[in-house]
Amino acid sequence: MARYIAQRAIAFIPTVLGISLLVFFAIRMIPGDAITAMLGTEAGMLTANQRAALEEYFGLDKPLYEQYLSWLGNLLQGDMGYSVRHGQPVLDVILARFPVTLELAVMAVLIALAIGLTFGVLSAIFHNSPLDLLGQLFALIGLAAPNFLIGTLIIYVLSVYFGILPNAGNYVELTEDPVRNLQQLIFPAITLGFAFSASVMRMTRSAMLEVLGQDYIRTARSKGLKERTILRRHALRNALIPIVTLVGVETGYLLGGTVIVEEIFTLPGIGRLTYNAISQRDYALIQGVTLFIAMNFVVINLIVDFVYTLLDPRISYAKQH
Amino acid sequence: MRSAKFLSVSLIVLVALIFGAIVPASAQDGDNILIMARAADTTGLDPHLQTAFASLRLLELIYEPLVNLDADLNLVPALAESWEFSEDATQLTFKLREGVTFHDGSDMTSADVKASLERILDEETGAATRANLTSIETIDTPDDYTVVLNLNTPDVPLVSALATVNAVILSSDVIENGDPTTDVIGTGPFMLEEWIPEERTILTANPNWWDEGPFVDGIEMRVIPDEASILAALRAGEIDFALLNDPLVATLLIDDPNVELNRAPAIAYHVFQLNAARPPLDILEVRQAISCAIDRQAVLDTAALGEGKVTGPLTIPAYELPLDEYFCYEQDVELARQLMEEAGYADGFEMTIIAASAEPPTALAEAQTIQAQLAEINIQAEIEPLELSVYVDRWLAADFDAAVALNGGRSDPYSMYVRYWTSDGNLATVAGYGDETLDRLMREGRVETDPEARFEIFAEFQRHLVEMAPWVWLYTDYEYTAQQPYVEGFVPMPTDSIYSLAKVTLER
Repeated sequence: MARYIAQRAIAFIPTVLGISLLVFFAIRMIPGDAITAMLGTEAGMLTANQRAALEEYFGLDKPLYEQYLSWLGNLLQGDMGYSVRHGQPVLDVILARFPVTLELAVMAVLIALAIGLTFGVLSAIFHNSPLDLLGQLFALIGLAAPNFLIGTLIIYVLSVYFGILPNAGNYVELTEDPVRNLQQLIFPAITLGFAFSASVMRMTRSAMLEVLGQDYIRTARSKGLKERTILRRHALRNALIPIVTLVGVETGYLLGGTVIVEEIFTLPGIGRLTYNAISQRDYALIQGVTLFIAMNFVVINLIVDFVYTLLDPRISYAKQH
Repeated sequence: MRSAKFLSVSLIVLVALIFGAIVPASAQDGDNILIMARAADTTGLDPHLQTAFASLRLLELIYEPLVNLDADLNLVPALAESWEFSEDATQLTFKLREGVTFHDGSDMTSADVKASLERILDEETGAATRANLTSIETIDTPDDYTVVLNLNTPDVPLVSALATVNAVILSSDVIENGDPTTDVIGTGPFMLEEWIPEERTILTANPNWWDEGPFVDGIEMRVIPDEASILAALRAGEIDFALLNDPLVATLLIDDPNVELNRAPAIAYHVFQLNAARPPLDILEVRQAISCAIDRQAVLDTAALGEGKVTGPLTIPAYELPLDEYFCYEQDVELARQLMEEAGYADGFEMTIIAASAEPPTALAEAQTIQAQLAEINIQAEIEPLELSVYVDRWLAADFDAAVALNGGRSDPYSMYVRYWTSDGNLATVAGYGDETLDRLMREGRVETDPEARFEIFAEFQRHLVEMAPWVWLYTDYEYTAQQPYVEGFVPMPTDSIYSLAKVTLER
């Protein structure tokens, strides 16, 4: 198992390197650099010497390949570079914001699973009943409604009808004040979880329906097993495999941060960090975050693979003799 | 059933969390801290380098220049108590205020002023405002509280060029031995305690400030990126004070009984820039036709809900002219069509308008209104929305047919327009047009000391500019701030400055 993990991790290195190369050149091809981002139109007031001095300060004066190689060299020593805007090492900046995004992602996934799995299973069991139709309608709304609309509506209702706003730019960490922290995160988590629960629900329903139509289910029933046992031990467990894949992909996406929800609910997460870094052409930070998100996907993929082995004993990564 | 149990338990937990979150947070009485919110954050802490409005709003509370502007844009003493030009305006002498200390306890003397100005003038620093101070040849400091600027040419607007955050006085110690990017030591009413980028900035009151105040113990500046959320936070009473940018959001507060909205007419101006270097915009009649075809009031009403007023080139109240003195400030489509015919373009032509999406928030709406108005004289305009830095890049390179822009104003007409309308102005290419008359008037305006004569010079300047129509000036809007009723003493400024927070009290 450990060998398998090591193999997978190593196989990802070329992918991650390729991403870093792509991002490195892509962001430098976008018009504008850290200087125009900082000065705006005032950048036109600089003399040639001033511009040269600022380019040196921002590390923009060296040729591209040299910049890439020195960045890569530093990276291999564990140094992700320096964010010119934040005035801090890139890794510190990312790690300071990752807990929010992680917590939000976990809460959103839990909400999505709680709602999605339950409704999905119920829809499958009672399929074509009014309950099923209700579930389908809910899924449709969840998939169609944009999350910025849901988020803004929630804030509007809270501030106008309840006279409160859980987060007015004073985000508290989980370790500082768990109660307030949950209060601040529950609504953005619902906003994200709502859309996600719709896709979980639909996937659960269809996976369940397919599994329930299988021969071995019929066999189990004819053997006299209780319906509840059949559902739990045989049907759901097998239906979970595609759902786990879905959850893995979605979690990876959520860990990359969702800019819109973070902007609306004022959360200092990875999404806003990346968006601002791009607007400010903070190259080191953009590269660092992209790498970080790519690594997240690697880790999640490994976890998903591991979960498969738990669900289906036929899947094993141990060496076959 | 198992599912049902799972469902009900998780739903109960969810509902409990939701209701828990609806409980209002503990009130913040007894705390004499002003809580302020804004959508954009400071982009850096070096006051000589940072030009973004969001950065200036923070740095002006920490650092101070030699002179400042009051609400009527008159120059008032700040770190300098008085100033005087020599007879021929080639020497400017400042008498400094005594007893001013930096946040680290050291005294402010002429050595600090000299070091700060020299830092700006040093090309290695990369200070954009250097371009406004190039007349300074040498700086003498005959004593601790006198600074003499020896100029290489008479430069009357120099004093107002120094009334900016980009020309504040730093400690010579920090300049020589420290790093202004991280050692934030100023003379201002507030001291920087903590800056968490994109989250919040904590300021504490400076107990040794030379003027009376501050009357709050500190300011907490929070970044709330969505202005609708700022509105919600104001309504929920979670914040005391807010800076707002979008008229569509700010106007929602006009009839709000619980929150006060302040509007100050700004000196920044919304303008439709034409690139007179690109045919057929190089033909005078074509540009004039465009100027006549555009209904400026309609652009203001559509894009900014009428929040502002139509303006000529100079937005400084002391230099404003009645709008009827300008060529074609009333929409005249007939005349526009005639002019197009004279130019040989009765069938119109195609052109592209660039606009920065969301900067300002009204940019695209302005572009669309203008597009519709230009269609009446057969000009097919295509709008190209660009991300801000991409827009800046194109704008600086003058790589556009036309651009919708919001350009900054200054308190002096020469400082405001020397960059565009003189043949060797830094942004002359961006302006796309120049002529003898503009050059001459600018030269005269730089050395003229008599206010009435100066007014006449710049009146002629404005009328000529509008007639040559390289740009079409549209309107000035308001600078918005919003506050709870218990916040007293804030004075909104046309420069958007929030310096008066130093005099604010919280009466709750």
